[in-house]
Formats: sequence, C-alpha cells, structure tokens
Amino acid sequence: MNEEALWENGSAPFRVIAGPLPIHQRDVLAKDWQTLAQTLRRRGARLLGIWGEERSDRQYRIHALFLTADSCYWCNLALAQGVEGFPSLAEIFPTAVRQERAIADLLGLRPQGNADQRPWLRHAAWPSTFLPLRANPVPLTELSTQGDTDYAFQGLPGDDLHEIPVGPVHAGTIEPGHFRFTCLGEQILRLEERLGYTHKGIERLLQGQDPFAALVLLGRVSGDSTVAYAWAYAMALESIAGVHLPERAQALRGLLLERERLANHLGDLGALGNDAGLAFALTQLLAIKEEMLRENERIFGHRYLMDLICPGGLTMDLGADTCQQLRASGLRWQQRLQDLELLLQEHAGLRDRLVGTGTIAPDRAVDWGMGGLAGRASGQAWDLRVQFAPAPYDRFPMEISLASSGDVASRWAVRFAEVFASLRWQEKLLQELPTGACKMPLPLPSVGEGLGIVEGWRGEIFVALRLEADRIARCHPHDPSWSLWPVLEEAVLQDIVADFPLINKSFNLSYSGHDL
Amino acid sequence: MYRILREAWRLGKVGDPMPSSSSPKKATPFSRSAVIRHVDAGSCNGCELEIQALGGPHYGLEQAGLRFAASPRHADILLVTGPLSRHMAAALQDTYDAMPKPKRVLAVGDCACTGGIFHGSYAVLGPVEALLPVHERCLGCPPKPEQILSSLQNLLHEGLEQ
Repeated sequence: MNEEALWENGSAPFRVIAGPLPIHQRDVLAKDWQTLAQTLRRRGARLLGIWGEERSDRQYRIHALFLTADSCYWCNLALAQGVEGFPSLAEIFPTAVRQERAIADLLGLRPQGNADQRPWLRHAAWPSTFLPLRANPVPLTELSTQGDTDYAFQGLPGDDLHEIPVGPVHAGTIEPGHFRFTCLGEQILRLEERLGYTHKGIERLLQGQDPFAALVLLGRVSGDSTVAYAWAYAMALESIAGVHLPERAQALRGLLLERERLANHLGDLGALGNDAGLAFALTQLLAIKEEMLRENERIFGHRYLMDLICPGGLTMDLGADTCQQLRASGLRWQQRLQDLELLLQEHAGLRDRLVGTGTIAPDRAVDWGMGGLAGRASGQAWDLRVQFAPAPYDRFPMEISLASSGDVASRWAVRFAEVFASLRWQEKLLQELPTGACKMPLPLPSVGEGLGIVEGWRGEIFVALRLEADRIARCHPHDPSWSLWPVLEEAVLQDIVADFPLINKSFNLSYSGHDL
Repeated sequence: MYRILREAWRLGKVGDPMPSSSSPKKATPFSRSAVIRHVDAGSCNGCELEIQALGGPHYGLEQAGLRFAASPRHADILLVTGPLSRHMAAALQDTYDAMPKPKRVLAVGDCACTGGIFHGSYAVLGPVEALLPVHERCLGCPPKPEQILSSLQNLLHEGLEQ
C-alpha cells in the first residue's frame, strides 16, 4: 500500500514514544521517504528537523521530525549497508536544504536532489574526507585553522549592484556569522548567510558520554536557552526510562522556562529600542532584566538558571517565603512593564522604524513552515505549550500570543505579549504551587531511544537521544534557528541595509545552537 | 516617558559602586581609559549575555573609562569568549593584528580560559592562549558582569610591559 493510502485509512505503522507530548515514531523505506514528506506536508505538517547517524558499521540512518496540529512524527529512514546517499526533502520543505548539507558535512551522506551541494557547517579547516560523526572518522592530522575564503556565494549579476560583506566579527557584542548583502543603493536585493563559525563539535563530544554527565554540555548548546535544552534532554532520558515526574518538578521546570523566556524577551526588546535609536528603552528594560537575573541568582543560584534541571527533576526546591518574593517582584515588574509598553507603543520615532520593516506575510510563513515567536508574529498559531498543554501547562494553561503583519513591530508586540503572559502564568503557578517531591530516581535502561521537545523562547527545541551500553550512542540537539535563519534572508528584502540590525534582532536567532 | 524619566531622576542612579581593582595602581598604557573589541570565538552565547548586561544601567562601564568599539582599529583590549573554534581562529587573528599597539587580550569565561567543556573537540583549539598572548583571565560559566568589569580594570591598572 502506498504512503498516501496508509495515512488515509489510518494504518501507518507507528510506535508511541512515552512522554508528556504525543510523539509517534516509525521506519520508512527510501522509496517512500519523499512521498511520506509530501503526505505530511499536505496534512499541514512543519519540518522541525532532519539529522543523521551511523547506526552500526557503515549502516546509516536519516531522521526527520515533523509537527502537525495534533502530533509529532519522528520518521526514520534506514539506508542499506554501505549506501551513502538519501533522497532529499529540500523540494518539499525548503528549510531542509541546509540541514541536509550539514548531514553531508558531518556524516558524508549525500542528499540526492538537493540543488545546493556546497558545504555548510564545514569550512576550510579540515578536508571533506574528515567526517566527525562517523563511528571511526579518519585521523585528525589534517586539521588546520585556515579561514573560509573560498566559499561560493551566489550573489546577483549586475553592474549597478554592490556587495557588502559583514562578519564573522560583528560591530556589536553578539555571536559570529557572515552576511553577504547584494544592494542597489541602500536597498537589499539579496542576503546570503554563511554560518558555522561557532561549530564546536558538540554532537561528537556527546557520543560515548555518560548520559547523566552529558547534561552540562546540553545546557551549553545555546547559553540563552539553557533551561529549554536541559529540559528537552531530561525529557528524552525520562521517556527512555518511562517515568512520570512529580507535579512539583514539572511546575518548577515550567517556572524556570518562563523566566528564561522573560529574560531573553526583555533583553531583546531593549536592544530593539536601542537599534532604533531609543536608548531609553534599552536602559529601562535592561534594568528590569538585571533585577530578574539577580533574583534568579539569589533564589535559584544562577543568573541564567544553568544546571538546575537534572534527569528526574531539579537540583533545587523553592521555600514558601521565596515564592512570596517571586510573586511580589513579578507583580512589580508587570506594573512597570505596562507603563513602558504603553509609552513605547505610542513612540512615533520607534514605530516609524518598526512598522512595515522586515515583513514575512502569513502566507509566506506557511510556505516556510515557521513556528516559534517569529511564526506567531506572522499569524502562525504554533505553540507546544498551548497545542498539547504538556505538564505543567495542563494544570496551569498558557495563553497564545499572536500578531499577523509579520514585521518587526509584530515580533515586538508578540514578545511584549509573551512577557505579560509569562508573568501572569508565574503568578498563577506560584499561588498554587503543587506540593511534593521535586526529584525522583531515574532507573535508566542501558539501551533505548527517546526524544524530548520543549517550547523555548525562540520556538521548538528538541533533543533526540539513543543510548547503547549505558552510554550515549547518538544525541542530536536541535535549535529552531535552523528553520528561521533562511527566513531572515527573505525578511530583509526590499528593506535598507541600515534596517538589518533591527530585523536581525527582532528574530535574534542562535548561532551556537545552529552551528553545534 | 517624562513620568518614567522623572521617576528615574528621583530614584537617582541605580548602579552599584565600582569594584576596586585587585592590583595596585601603576602607570598604565591606557591612561585609565580603554576601548574594548569583543570577539566571540565559539561561545555558547552565555558570556555574551553577561557582556550585554555590563552595558546596562546597573554597571557603570563608561564611568570606569571603558567602552566597546565596532572596529578593532579603535581598540586597546581584545575581549575573547568561547573555546576558540577552528572556524573563528583566522578571524580572531585578523582582529588582533588590526589593533594598534599597545594592546591587551582578556579571555572571558571558562571556555576561553581553559577550553572548558569543549576542550579536546576536533573543532576547537582549546584556550584562547593557543593562538594569542592572554594578559588577563576571567573565569566563570558565565562570569558575572562585575567579575568581567574587575578583570577589565586590572588591565587598566597593570604595569607597562612594553
């Protein structure tokens, strides 16, 4: 029976992965891989991520994770022994292009049908024969520090056009990446990104690690999303162990995740104001963010909440008096932020820069399969916390924040709305914080496969994990930035170069989480 | 805005007192003021968050005679974060070479100081020291803004080496 028919009569063979969200897993044959993707696309699915692994000696697997309105589908393509190519999904899901190029760089598996065969994560420091995610990569003798000078940028032809190369070292204190603008006067006609500068070999480092010890590394895939990564990884471990966490542990994890969202949104909103020339917004919002970071340190022990989530729960607990402190400061910030939002919303100079800048219209957002805060600002109602209400969002529901014009002003508005939503949610949670334990023992089997997925502040962050002989055989942490970086290239078109920092900051995508 | 500004004026400065430098005040190459160029050499973005926090109203960065510059040509101090990924090595070297003398290098964060948890990976060179002379180290994951500030002040007040 073909893929389409299997789905029509509901007999597609799935295994259910234990966990707080519905995740269905199944194996797919190479000949069905593209048909399956097309079927899912027709059913409204978004591609969350695609990655590969060497399962056993020269036997490779490609994994893809899709999200529909009611489930996650984790599809596995097992390639025949020695086969080093796979059918590309780039024609069906445009965000697959770079992810498949990364698979070619790391594993040496060629995406057949992907028009772009240039390297992506690999620069000039090692040859294409060095494949770090293979079980036995060639020895590391040829590693160098050579700069990536020969990358074939596509550009645009035309005598009147000029190119502006930017990065990897940027003017601000941000992460490194290269942007190549092709401009006509001030107007951007084309932007091409070149990333991979912060590639640290995280996935290779994870292979063979003790699953409990690896949490430190997972918490540093992207430092601004440490809670989301740690939670997604812990969720993958807990799904392998098949345990259900105590309610209090879930609630406190939710609290940490929302505080991480708050801190990042506040910082980015301030930086957006600053990029538009309104330093007032930056100082006011950074002052509130700093108060929150200091409170994080005082109460949770770390300004950015690193290393607090552990497999089976958390390494800390809250006392009744600290709950009161958190509530009091939350209400204070809410008041101050309401004043600020009103004021900034009406600031003519700020609106002039934000409205109509960096637009991704809702229909294009559908084509790209956008999610996360950028998707919600383009009218895409995807939010794992709302869609599936996994604990603790089942008992403490989260409201979705949406806007529809898809410009910088919309992303600004969604961020502000999420700040208030998270503050209200924190207040409700702390009013009736579930009692009980916040940690439980985790009896981990020595072999197993699991997946954890969390709505981080940028969007869906997931970690796919396979254990073998008590060690990590393969662990793939995945950042939503993979799917949003290509969208940024489109968002800047027709705007001027001076608006790029503003547009870039409104997305504020991760380099480290993407480059791995 | 004026209401909030009035409130801010009434409250006065929210900032903390300046941390005192651990080394004795001597003649300095930078006359108590220096310009910083920051390069992320593969950091997880944790250290960058703290560097950005340093620019907030709680920390008197400019009061301490310090500010960040967009160009290495204007910089005295190179502030490096991250375990020095191979892909950033050439860009980091170029940035260092573009700075006028005298110049100092400050390694911020466990990764930049020791390679941290990424030490030994094929894709990183380990500590920043593997490529550049490092004059001051600021440990932490990530180090707090006041620690970074006090490391910067140490560089301001160090003795002349060249």
